[in-house]
Amino acid sequence: MTVAVATELTERAQQRRRLRRRFTRRPTAVIGLVGIVVFVLVALFGPLLSPDDPNATNYNAIFVSPFSPGHLLGTDDLGRDVLSRLIVGTRASMEAGVLATLIAAVIGVLCGLFAGYYRGWLDTLVARATDVLLSFPFAVLAVGLASILGPSLTNAIIALAVSLIPTFIRVTRAEVLGLREQDYVQAALVSGATTRFIVFGHILRNCLTPLVVQATVAIPGSIIGAAMLSFLGLGEQPPTASWGTMLSESQNYLGQAAWFALFPGAAIALATLSFNMFGDGLADVLDPKGDQ
Amino acid sequence: MTPRLQVDELSVEFDTDEGPVLAVDRMSFTVGPREVVALVGESGCGKSVTSMAILRLLPRRASVTGSISLDGRELTSLSETAIREVRGRDVSMIFQEPMTSLNPSFTIGFQIGEVLRRHEGMSRKQANERAVELLDLVRMPAARTRLREYPHQLSGGMRQRVMIAMAVACSPQVLIADEPTTALDVTIQAQILDILRDLRADVGTSILLITHDLGVVADIADRVEIMYAGHQIESGPVDDLFSRPQHPYTVGLLGAVPRPDLLAEGGSRRLREIPGLVPVLRGLPESCVFAPRCTRATAVCGESMPPLARTGPEQYAACHHAGEDSPVRKGIQA
Repeated sequence: MTVAVATELTERAQQRRRLRRRFTRRPTAVIGLVGIVVFVLVALFGPLLSPDDPNATNYNAIFVSPFSPGHLLGTDDLGRDVLSRLIVGTRASMEAGVLATLIAAVIGVLCGLFAGYYRGWLDTLVARATDVLLSFPFAVLAVGLASILGPSLTNAIIALAVSLIPTFIRVTRAEVLGLREQDYVQAALVSGATTRFIVFGHILRNCLTPLVVQATVAIPGSIIGAAMLSFLGLGEQPPTASWGTMLSESQNYLGQAAWFALFPGAAIALATLSFNMFGDGLADVLDPKGDQ
Repeated sequence: MTPRLQVDELSVEFDTDEGPVLAVDRMSFTVGPREVVALVGESGCGKSVTSMAILRLLPRRASVTGSISLDGRELTSLSETAIREVRGRDVSMIFQEPMTSLNPSFTIGFQIGEVLRRHEGMSRKQANERAVELLDLVRMPAARTRLREYPHQLSGGMRQRVMIAMAVACSPQVLIADEPTTALDVTIQAQILDILRDLRADVGTSILLITHDLGVVADIADRVEIMYAGHQIESGPVDDLFSRPQHPYTVGLLGAVPRPDLLAEGGSRRLREIPGLVPVLRGLPESCVFAPRCTRATAVCGESMPPLARTGPEQYAACHHAGEDSPVRKGIQA
């Protein structure tokens, strides 16, 4: 009895080790994961980490250049410490990226799964609605929705989520349409499986790879989207720090202080890159045929 | 002997854009305990539709009439929940395509275990133990280590064994085998048929074998139902039907089987084909469905579809000119 339990435990441990090895064999995936962990930690503990009060103005020290004592990344047009603002602004960007994607993924995947599996009028409705939403470019849709809802971070996240839903629906539905005709779905029906197990077990499991890829594209997309909305004054409102508001503030001073735009831009680029590299690695790990 | 599975006057009609299509017309047959009944016919003759009707898995645009009962329990009127309990536990099914009938994302152990956890309420560990027994039963080498493997790591023959293990996991009363050997090479075919034979003997499973391979039928079946264009046209014990086929279509089918033994005796070198195609039925036939391709067709065949009539102790044929002594038959034996 105890022996059986022991072997089963080691079996699971072995499987976990194999998955870990498959992931760690890909250096880009590991670098991506490290990047994400760093960004998430900074987002969580930002206020504790920032060397200065991000909103403290100092008119005696505006546009201090980077690498000056006390201001590693310099100061902005109001003399606020850029590093502190960047660190504190991480939370808003990460929140927007992850939350908007999560909301869009849950709603989009559910719609796509049921529309694709049940077909019929539900599918027609969902597919046409998706077509309508996708006929607007992502940015136009997000900006339009955000301006209807009014400027705030919450509304920016909702606007981004809604703009992301149609792509999630389309990716899921396309996969489901192919998977529902698979012989193993038929075999599951024949062996008495419930609809719930077929949809959430057999079908969803086989959609995961494209969905993970889609999510890792959507997270940096909505980080950029959130930055864009705050840049346009539709997201996080000044003086609250966010990467987008910082970019927006920097545009008037590009001639005098280009680095002012460089740092938030680099933060956005690095976060985007981390998620993309991690997503590629994860997609490989999730494919059972990758283990050869 | 009370039959285990009794199908009575089963008709299936599909509502298509081109109008109704009669896929199965008043099919009746029984499968007794430990009996192997073969459903034989060309592609599109309604074999698979019949089996899906038994499991109630036809699309909604199919209207099914008639009665299907399992051990006296009527399946056609069961609730959706109740029929789901029957599927996989009392009646299960294996398919033609072992390569695609397993989910590529789950391990073998999980997929066999899923059926056991669902129908037998087993724990993960119990299900694993039972899965090993089942894999041994289908003669899977190194059963225990297979549990953790994924379908792509197995060959076609091994996957079909896994499918059979899943199908018999709950010791079903009836196993529907839809062309179980068609996609496999000949040596594996023989092994799979052996496994089915063992199941019948050891587990007591009745088998409804759907096939177009008369070699397989001769090998394993007890009784044969020949289908043509949705109609049952001949029915009887395998030995009687093979030695004394009554319907010209059965005669034709048997003539289309390669027979090296006859060739050696100086028989006809050429395989005999049946000219023409299986018709699609738009409604109840007004003439014999086989008449356009039949060598025995006469005026009466254009007037009505003949019903099944007794031609031997247990043999029935639906033909106006039933009988083995025909020019076609003579041609084969010549």
